[in-house]
Formats: sequence, structure tokens, C-alpha cells
Amino acid sequence: MSGGRDPAPGAGPRHARWLLWLPLCAFGVVLAVVLWGLFLPADRTVYSAMVGKPLPAFTLPAIAPGKPGVTDADFRRGAPRLLNVFASWCVPCVAEAPQLLTLRAAGVPIDAVAIKDTPADVAAFLQRHGDPYASVGSDPHSRLQLALGSSGVPETFVVDGQGIIRLQHVGDIRADDVPRLLQALAAARTPGAAR
Amino acid sequence: MRRSAAAFALLLAAPAVAQTALPPLAYTQLRDPEQERQARALMETLRCLVCQGQSIADSDADMAGEMRALVRQRVAAGEPPRAVRDWLIARYGDYVSYDPPVSRATLPLWLAPLLLLAIGVVVARGSFRRRRR
Repeated sequence: MSGGRDPAPGAGPRHARWLLWLPLCAFGVVLAVVLWGLFLPADRTVYSAMVGKPLPAFTLPAIAPGKPGVTDADFRRGAPRLLNVFASWCVPCVAEAPQLLTLRAAGVPIDAVAIKDTPADVAAFLQRHGDPYASVGSDPHSRLQLALGSSGVPETFVVDGQGIIRLQHVGDIRADDVPRLLQALAAARTPGAAR
Repeated sequence: MRRSAAAFALLLAAPAVAQTALPPLAYTQLRDPEQERQARALMETLRCLVCQGQSIADSDADMAGEMRALVRQRVAAGEPPRAVRDWLIARYGDYVSYDPPVSRATLPLWLAPLLLLAIGVVVARGSFRRRRR
């Protein structure tokens, strides 16, 4: 910058003055991105990529007293059903129990997969929080859960009568989720039109 | 009497299927060192789904343990690691992998470094030329 060494006198300084604002603009862009991330955090829910695809083949042994286990064949009998992934040790599963009973009362058949559970705990859970299930299968090592693309409990899958997964509900079913699930079950009655 | 006998039987059976019981392969290496190396390399590129900043090789979460067992079991059965990875991606999407494939969503990620390098070359050339003058 020692005088006389400026390459193009006249054009140079005006050009440089405009460039002076560039770092501030860059800072503004970074600030906007940071604020956006701060106030609108990204959705970190892991959704299954199996929606629209057939259920994987599985056969789970029974775990609840007086109820059969679950196999994928149960979901290919023509009528849509719910597959509820739950566990007796899971607190949100207690929160969704009344909504499952509501769905059961509305005539929806519900099968369940108990993740890493014991017969005694499942029996106590069903006695205490109500029993909406047609069958309960035991998945001690989360094998079916992994095959379904499920990443936690509770999760609920709407499966149509041909064994195609139509909808995944992640987390506990709240009272205002019930109409959406009933709608998805009704839509699952008409074959082909997945999603 | 019968009821208490049943309760006692359940009490005895409980530890066998205790909630925290993980499959042995969650924390046991495979006998074959080459297979273990392959399984380990794959585990390091798979995301733990309940602790999303960690790979399943690094996580002590139950679900990461189940996934490690799954990876080891399949690799031990002779399945190539790539097939195991594809199996998980078919279920959880690309998100489960720390090694993202080139797709429309990840293209900027792959192209941005090349673009920045090109800009750097142009800027460097400009400043070298100025110095020479």
C-alpha cells in the first residue's frame, strides 16, 4: 500500500470501496442461516422408508396370556389393520393406551409387537392400561423393529389387507391423531392408491 | 397355591428374557478377524438412530447394540457389508448412513469443494499476476 504502487489508479479505489461491504454481507448471510436454524430447528424424526412397501416376512411368538403371536400373514387377509410397536417399559405407550382403546372400540383390529419385553410385564401392562390387541408378538432383539424401519417405541403402522404398509405414525397416538389414523385405515380399504 | 407357583415360575424365568438383555454379538467380536474388520468398518459408517450424532460402533444405546449384532450376524453369514448397508438404507433411508451416496440432494455437497477450489485458483492467479507486475 506504499503510494505509487497501486496498479490501476482511478478505477481501483472505487472498486475496492464497493468490495468493503462484502464481508458484512457475508456475515449477514451466516447470521440469517444461524437464526433460521435456531428458531426453526430441523425435524430429526427418523421416518421409515418402508411406507408403500410390503411388510417384511416375520413370525413372532406369543407373549401375552391367551393371545396368539403375530405373523405377516395376519396382514394379508383383505382388511386393513394396525401394527402397534410398543413395550411395557415405555412411558409414552401408557399415554397412547386410551387412544388405542378408542380405535379398538371403533372396530379397528390392532396387532402388537412387544419390544424387549417379558410375559409378566406385558400381562401387567395390559391389565393396568387396557388391552386393545388381537395378538401380541415378542421381539426380544428388535429384529422386526429394524426390519420395519422403526426407530423407537411407540410407533404404529397402518397396513392394508394386502400387507402393504400405508402409513407410519411415529410416537404416541394423541387424541387428535385418531381421526387421521381412521382416515388412513379407510383409505387403505381401497387397494392400489397407496398414500 | 397355583397362582403363587406360577408367579414364582415367572420370577425364575424373568432374568432369561430381561429387558436389557442384548444379543451376544452386540459386544462380542467375530471369531474371524477379517470378518470382524469388515463388520467394524461398516458399523463406523452407520448412524445410531436414537443418538443421532454417534455411529453404532460408538454408541452404548440398546438399539445401537441390536444393530451391531445384526451387522455382525449378517457379515458372519457371508453377506457382503455393502448388502447389509443397502438393507438398512432400504428401511431407514440414506439418513442411516454416514457415507452419503451422490443424489440430487447431496450433489451440492460433492460439488461445493470443487467449486471453491476453482474460485481459489482464480483468486490466487489474479493476485500472483498483480504481484509480478
